Amino acid sequence: MPSSGPPARQADGGGRPAPAGPPGIAPRLLELADELRGEGLAIGTSELLDAFAALREVSWTSQADFREALGATLAKSQEDRRVLDLVFDRFFFRAVEREAVRQGVSELDRPYEGTGPDGIDLGTLRERIRQAVQAGSDSEMRDLARLAIVAFGRQGEGSGVIGVDVQRIRRTLGLRTERGTQPDPDEVPREQLQQFERHVRRELERQQVERTQSLPPSRPLREFDRALPSNPAQDLAAVHRVVAQLKRRLATQGREQRGRKRGAAVDVRRTMRTSLQTGGVPLELRYRPRRPRRPELYVLCDVSTSVTSSSVFFLSVLHALHDQFRKLRSFVFVERISEVTDVFERERNFADVSRAIATDAGVADVSGYTDYGRVWLEFLERVVDDLDPRSTVIVLGDARTNGRDAKAKVFGTLAERAGRTFWMNPEPRLYWNYGDSVMAAYEPFCDGVFECWTTRQLEAFVDALADVTISTA
Amino acid sequence: MADFTSIESTRERLGEVGYLADEPASLVSFLAGRLGKPVLVEGPAGVGKTELAKALSRATGRPLIRLQCYEGLDEAKALYEWNYRKQLLRIQTEAADTGWEEVKDDIFGEEFLLSRPLLRAIKSEEPVVLLIDEIDKTDQEFEAMLLEVLSDFQISIPELGPVYARTQPLVLLTSNNSRELTEALKRRCLYLWLDYPDAERELEIVRLHTPELDEHVARKLVEVVHMVRALDLKKPPSIAESIDWARALLVLGAEDVDSALLEKTMSIIVKHRTDLDLVAERVGVKLGADALFGATRTAG
Repeated sequence: MPSSGPPARQADGGGRPAPAGPPGIAPRLLELADELRGEGLAIGTSELLDAFAALREVSWTSQADFREALGATLAKSQEDRRVLDLVFDRFFFRAVEREAVRQGVSELDRPYEGTGPDGIDLGTLRERIRQAVQAGSDSEMRDLARLAIVAFGRQGEGSGVIGVDVQRIRRTLGLRTERGTQPDPDEVPREQLQQFERHVRRELERQQVERTQSLPPSRPLREFDRALPSNPAQDLAAVHRVVAQLKRRLATQGREQRGRKRGAAVDVRRTMRTSLQTGGVPLELRYRPRRPRRPELYVLCDVSTSVTSSSVFFLSVLHALHDQFRKLRSFVFVERISEVTDVFERERNFADVSRAIATDAGVADVSGYTDYGRVWLEFLERVVDDLDPRSTVIVLGDARTNGRDAKAKVFGTLAERAGRTFWMNPEPRLYWNYGDSVMAAYEPFCDGVFECWTTRQLEAFVDALADVTISTA
Repeated sequence: MADFTSIESTRERLGEVGYLADEPASLVSFLAGRLGKPVLVEGPAGVGKTELAKALSRATGRPLIRLQCYEGLDEAKALYEWNYRKQLLRIQTEAADTGWEEVKDDIFGEEFLLSRPLLRAIKSEEPVVLLIDEIDKTDQEFEAMLLEVLSDFQISIPELGPVYARTQPLVLLTSNNSRELTEALKRRCLYLWLDYPDAERELEIVRLHTPELDEHVARKLVEVVHMVRALDLKKPPSIAESIDWARALLVLGAEDVDSALLEKTMSIIVKHRTDLDLVAERVGVKLGADALFGATRTAG
């Protein structure tokens, strides 16, 4: 096993199966680790040593134990674990198939017991599959996946492209994932349908290996599979979590220097009182407590059509902010600006908030096009007396002015009056300043600009925010 | 009691002390003892991360030493501190002509050292379970400081030299995943992800803690808890809360979980006003419909 060679998936890709490396479990595990590294897991020598140590302690006959032992030592987060599970399956599937090809084992000419292609009633099979998928029984799904391929796939002898075959089988089965409120007998849980389709895919791959007597090149995992199963509700919860973190960061700012005691004033009274415990010797200096600065937040959120896809995300950020901060004023704008602080205070439920904003927030939406220049003027007019160096302004928008005057100077005044100004742009940095985006005009006035359309990026923003506070303090 | 000898016995002994561990949890607990590595336990709040440490302590008969982390936790609170008041007294009681060297050797001795949880765990004569709770609440500097303790089980005190562990402590770190921990820390740990249990296992857990509760009620209760967890709540009910609820139902002598009972007692499992509304709306209505449906069915 060359330690510095190309990743294993290139080494054994395509053609005749590459000869298996030296026998034994150790080389196999190193190959597996290499594939995991290829998928982005940080696996160092120490993790591998741990894995070997762990495998000495568990029985290898139980797949669950074997896999858990690897999981505990190699995967260091839930995401890692998901990737490990997928790669584990793929790796050992390929290892088995390689061995099967080498030894000439085949199942092609052995039809399923009692259920030859003609012997299956399609309707019954479809019903059985639906039940199995709904019940989520893994072994049954696996068996039925094979039957489904025999029954449906062979009608046109398979297209040779696995993805197409899976699609066709899905269509023939007519199974849908749950979405509506009306109960539909054809609907099944999404996770389980995906699981069933994975079985179908795997089985098709296996048959292809048998037919062609060679292993197809292994591909990297698809993003779709890697992602942890999630739903909008969890996304909302994730946003709330990150914002809670943001609050902690903002609330504790000014206390970072506690260790250094920079600029702290000695509290003579308290120092003397404390010194009584040590016989009048002032061993420990007491300082006047530093009043943590209470963050005053002004959040401006673009809700125009050009940011439709991200405005739900932004609104949920706003919603989460309102949960955490009391001194927060929020505004939404399209062509003109309108304050929605009281909407958020009145409605605690996110769905209600978005409905209220959509219907009666009074967003003066004449043309439906954002007018940033006008928004700055109006915003400044409303809050000019309240803005002071302790306030933080956060703008959530794409800086697309639709060709209107950007009025960067006004934004500059605004940023100057406020203590700090941050901009979160829902577009990738690559698109900034293309077309009518005038990000460059505003950027110099901001203390930080961030691309932000996922919770991960929101987290990056929170981290950056903490850094900025330290460097400017 | 001795340490664990196999995965099966780990699970059984944890079960005996009232903790129903699933396959990964018992395997990792077993490995932690065998490999002498700390375990990093992550998962949502209320799935029994802290409870696992307590159960391990009970099952192995080791005393539990707990370090609760919070923002701003520093070495003086976690490792050790010199008891300078006592040192000062010692200096004052000394005759005036005693040389500094003598006094210095004297006052930087173990007698003047205040042991904090980590040092206590390392110094302990008998093997202990060390629980470092909510490690994600501390800052990265503290994590870095932990590395020495976790990988070598030793603490360096400049005046005394390093203190080595006399026995191998069983270390658990828990995290609610509120921030990403450093790679260096993760590398030193075994990883265990705890999630909410499936309905069957939660039923077992509830039955274990309230054996007197009617099985039908317990099953219904677990179903409702799972329904509630599926909603988008600020704080989904934890396992401890389902147990509390089961105890409450036992006290109330409930014979069925219907929407009226849920209405009255749901504050045990849901602790936010907006969450309460949501649960009443979604789950309450569903229970009501079920009851109606059941009633018409028996009538018809």
